[in-house]
Amino acid sequence: MSDTQTQIPVTVLTGYLGSGKTTLLNRILSENHGKRYAVIVNEFGEIGIDNDLIVESDEEIYEMNNGCVCCTVRGDLIRVVEGLMRRPGRFDAIVVETTGLADPVPVAQTFFMDEDVRSKTKLDAVVALVDAKHLPLRLKDSKEAEDQIAFADVVVLNKTDLVTEDELRAVEATVRAINPAAKIHRTQRSGVDLGEVLDRGAFDLSRALENDPHFLDAHDDHDHDHECGPDCDHDHHHHHDHDHHDHDHHDHAHPSAIHDVTVQSVSLRGGEMDSKKFFPWIEKITQLEGPNILRLKGIIAFKDDPDRYVVQGVHMILEGDHQRAWKDGEKHESRLVFIGRELDAERLKNSFEACQAMTAN
Amino acid sequence: MPTVAPLDLDGHCLAAVFLNNVPHFALADGVVHRLDHGHKTEQANDGLLAAFHDAANDRLLTAGEDGKVFAVKNDGTVEQLAEAGRKWITSVSAGPQGAIAYASGKTAYVRFADGKVKELSHPRSVEAVAFAPKGMRIGVARYNGATLHFPAADGKPVELEWAGAHTGIAFSPDGNFLVTTMQENALHGWKLADGKHMRMSGYPAKVKSLSWAAKGKWLASSGAPAAIVWPFQAKDGPMGKAPLELGTRGNTMVTCVACHPSQDVVAIGYEDGMVIAARFTDTKEVLLRRPGKGAITSMMWDREERRIVFGSAAGDCGVIDIAG
Repeated sequence: MSDTQTQIPVTVLTGYLGSGKTTLLNRILSENHGKRYAVIVNEFGEIGIDNDLIVESDEEIYEMNNGCVCCTVRGDLIRVVEGLMRRPGRFDAIVVETTGLADPVPVAQTFFMDEDVRSKTKLDAVVALVDAKHLPLRLKDSKEAEDQIAFADVVVLNKTDLVTEDELRAVEATVRAINPAAKIHRTQRSGVDLGEVLDRGAFDLSRALENDPHFLDAHDDHDHDHECGPDCDHDHHHHHDHDHHDHDHHDHAHPSAIHDVTVQSVSLRGGEMDSKKFFPWIEKITQLEGPNILRLKGIIAFKDDPDRYVVQGVHMILEGDHQRAWKDGEKHESRLVFIGRELDAERLKNSFEACQAMTAN
Repeated sequence: MPTVAPLDLDGHCLAAVFLNNVPHFALADGVVHRLDHGHKTEQANDGLLAAFHDAANDRLLTAGEDGKVFAVKNDGTVEQLAEAGRKWITSVSAGPQGAIAYASGKTAYVRFADGKVKELSHPRSVEAVAFAPKGMRIGVARYNGATLHFPAADGKPVELEWAGAHTGIAFSPDGNFLVTTMQENALHGWKLADGKHMRMSGYPAKVKSLSWAAKGKWLASSGAPAAIVWPFQAKDGPMGKAPLELGTRGNTMVTCVACHPSQDVVAIGYEDGMVIAARFTDTKEVLLRRPGKGAITSMMWDREERRIVFGSAAGDCGVIDIAG
């Protein structure tokens, strides 16, 4: 029986070895923020804090027996969360720290696919820590580093003091190329405001995408110089001159201009949609392309519907709900971002646009 | 008319058992409550995760977040039997000759009555452990199957393979069958003589409670709006046979089952706290307890086969007297 009132939020912390996860965890555990956290780690390791609520757990990835290779969950998390939730009064939220090489997908999917876990907890956000100095190197030698960024809701660009402003801009452009929908925070010594990583509601359909300038203005080809919020300091001009090589520049598709990046994002924009066309389409896409889709997020305007509809997905898992009424003067527009690999941007664009409602002129 | 003597506790009850016919309730905070001429408590683990009723020694084994295993007896003694470091101990079981088994991470441990401990390492997490009824043999539930060890001897373990995550394990009382609960909504079984598979699926939810009927003729299970009771009288177990569905309700799920010690009757506990008893032969039902605050998590019959002790996820526990 799912009760949103009592669901405990879970933050997933990813990041390569040396990216500053332990420093951030220590801050979460020791700073006076008025909340108590249970922390699930792979090794007690360097966490210098004695706390009953630090649980060591062996990362255990289970493929679900349903023939779908991307349907994986973290078996150990199911067990640990079940144990923790038998005494829920001890903490307000849970943080899951993954190993440097971990694939964040099974962690996230655990909170959607296991009924017991899902009824008691809710995924709050996936936070990726990125070492600004070593990211280019990491991307060369590991797919995981890229996956972690691609999958994140929040990217903490750490150790910015170790790079020049130009290097930092390049790294940020790389992160943005991998994941246009994530919120990026520049920081040193994991000094990010904890409010920017905890209690984000990134998977909460009623909150997701609400305060997300990058998503809402996601790399519109016709509007590169959009206005940004105060927290937005990235380079809006797509001057990826470095490492530029031949790739297709068809509309809305953003294969990275940076070598060693295999993740791409496809940002789609359309008018009002026909729900009879859109739902079968998105279900088919997630069924067929699920293994290639890491994340999808969207705000959909349906014809004759006064409410905004929000969707999000992880591989083949798809969730959607009405969020709120369209505001007066707000453009009834549909936006959808796919982050993944081997996505056929042209085909996605054409089939998405075919779901638009017919309008009689 | 059945009567209920309630015991309202604060917290999730993992195990409700009779020890020397005294009702005991082990809660997630590690406190074991007992009703022995008044309400008494003892502290076992600092955080309880798993408990097992060791019938042969009339004691409750508890394992927990503190990485320890305790034996709790009805006289209030709490004895530490084992310690496995800072990691959680997530499964515990008792076997013949005073042996116990427990699991932490990827290791299963067998502690013999003389205190010697044998470590059995596995490539993946040990989800659950259980002893075979005869001989010094344990079964380990793991990803993609089960592993059988003879911990008293040095030999190669027997691997039983079946794709998927196996989360719980039980031998049949005659030792002929091994049954696992799975991460999927299914049970899997092996006939140990020839390794034949038994697939028991169709559950709408995960199976978390199993109970063998007298002489192992039936296996009752939770995970559906009814208690699903598989026939195990035949040589090949339930193969090709449909299970009984007892105590079907439309608006809630069965969360706990406990078979009567001698008759073909099962006590059925539901998500809403209701408890009934149902007979296999004619599916006749008797209401034992009205819905309460939390899902029934544990039940056990007493020696006289007259009382049932029960625990719930919300702490509203108690003892049912069938005869009233």
